Amino acid sequence: MASRAANVLVSRASRIKNKLQSALEASILEVDDVSYQHAGHSAVKDNNNETHFNVKIVSPKFDGQSLVKRHRMVYDLLGEELDSGLHALSIVAKTPKEVEKK
Amino acid sequence: MIYMKGIPDAPMCGFSSLAVKVLKTYKVPLSARNILENPELKNAVKGFSHWPTFPQIFINGEFIGGSDIILIMHQSGELKDKLIHLLPKVDKEE
Repeated sequence: MASRAANVLVSRASRIKNKLQSALEASILEVDDVSYQHAGHSAVKDNNNETHFNVKIVSPKFDGQSLVKRHRMVYDLLGEELDSGLHALSIVAKTPKEVEKK
Repeated sequence: MIYMKGIPDAPMCGFSSLAVKVLKTYKVPLSARNILENPELKNAVKGFSHWPTFPQIFINGEFIGGSDIILIMHQSGELKDKLIHLLPKVDKEE
């Protein structure tokens, strides 16, 4: 229950950040709430805030993982959020090496 | 096969719309199911692919990913490689 109370006080963006940061040891982590771009969307009629986020994450844990696996890792960490109104993520998931190359 | 929100000619979500747009640039046969009309199908697909959001794209039965992944694969040329053997043979009608 304590965590439920905290959920009300802390924005979903910061919860997403915390969850991803601690599990993936991200060197770069950006979470942007872009829900406003999806207001009026059929699935978010009654609850149109904190539904859509852009996530950019650079983590050594993505090393050797396909894109599908990387995205699944992110989704798995955010299961609670997906069950509680998070509707969609746009995910950029890279390894530190892939970022260096650019 | 794309499991999406809405239908290819009238997508009900920006991500589904993006995925359809990408796939349509390849002249491959595209079948689509509208998961908004079928909650059971929606849940079955989610469970099968272990993927929580839509759209979801399958090529020859293989799960490819959602709209982010399809777009990246489109840009990198990987998608073309996956689809190339599905393209109609070269005898053009025009």
